[in-house]
Amino acid sequence: MSELLRCENLTKKYANTTALKGINLTLESGKIVGLLGPNGSGKTTLIKLINGLLTPTEGKVLVNGNAPGVKTKAEVAYLPDNSYLNSWMTVKQIVDYFVDFYADFREELAYEMLKRLGINPEMKLKTLSKGNKEKVCLILVMSRNAKLYVLDEPIAGVDPAARDYVISTIINNYNQDATVLISTHLISDIEQILDEAIFIQNGEILLHKTIDDIREEHNKSVDELFREVFKW
Amino acid sequence: MKWTLDKSKPLCPQICEQVCLKIALGEFTPGGKMFSVRETALLAGVNPNTVQKAFEVLEQDGILYSVRGSGWFVSEDIAKAKETLDNLVYEKTQAYFESLIALGMNSEQIKNYVKEWDYE
Repeated sequence: MSELLRCENLTKKYANTTALKGINLTLESGKIVGLLGPNGSGKTTLIKLINGLLTPTEGKVLVNGNAPGVKTKAEVAYLPDNSYLNSWMTVKQIVDYFVDFYADFREELAYEMLKRLGINPEMKLKTLSKGNKEKVCLILVMSRNAKLYVLDEPIAGVDPAARDYVISTIINNYNQDATVLISTHLISDIEQILDEAIFIQNGEILLHKTIDDIREEHNKSVDELFREVFKW
Repeated sequence: MKWTLDKSKPLCPQICEQVCLKIALGEFTPGGKMFSVRETALLAGVNPNTVQKAFEVLEQDGILYSVRGSGWFVSEDIAKAKETLDNLVYEKTQAYFESLIALGMNSEQIKNYVKEWDYE
């Protein structure tokens, strides 16, 4: 287990709101980590900073020792919260595109997963349902052999049966050198496979603990604790 | 037997308990090969690290043992696993008695119910 992600005093300000307030966070390799927080708490901002889509106002973020850039992008597989793929392309064309783009892309694995979820590679993206589009995006990301997987709301739009498949895909792809950071609201669906949970609120980290510690200390599932902490 | 896990309690000890039950009930054979950590994680729907930790605890208790390069095996001696089963049966019986006592039954009445219970 080595350190894979480090945030030091990480701050992000937009015009007159502060989305992240000096976050300090380290993640080790070989973990599945849940990034949990209500809407507008700073989850996506943090994720975008990790991926270099935003630059910090203050502080820094390091992936495997490097600031976000060409090197980290080869090591980070990122699933954004909305699709960025060209909807006129077929699934197969997109797979080819990813093969060209990423040296670590496992084409066979991608087709195997598409087949399992009953998605025809000849279909154009725009003809797929919202849920199936999301599945394609997730398959593309999980087909990479990355060090850090960052999944922003990976299961929100997929049906419960496919959710189970997505979860087993994450377990199946798990390896000691990689870490998976999952941001989600659907805690009860995913908490069984997490090692650690991070609760984030108003741009600050409220809690960062292992799941079994949470259950032991609070006698609650992570979902129940979340509902209690973030009660209106 | 399916894996039944209570999300409001730590998962690691629950995995340990269920592995013991599966051994005691003959689902896993003494001396036989166990599912790998990853297979178990998939079957139980939990994190592989949790399973790894549970297997390590079970190894310390002499219930499982690992062989470098070939995975996990069930110990020949299944006394400890049987003990877990006995404990659980005892706990459940106790809980059952307590719940019926709370409903105003006495010990004699409960025993009569059990005796006359027609189990299909």
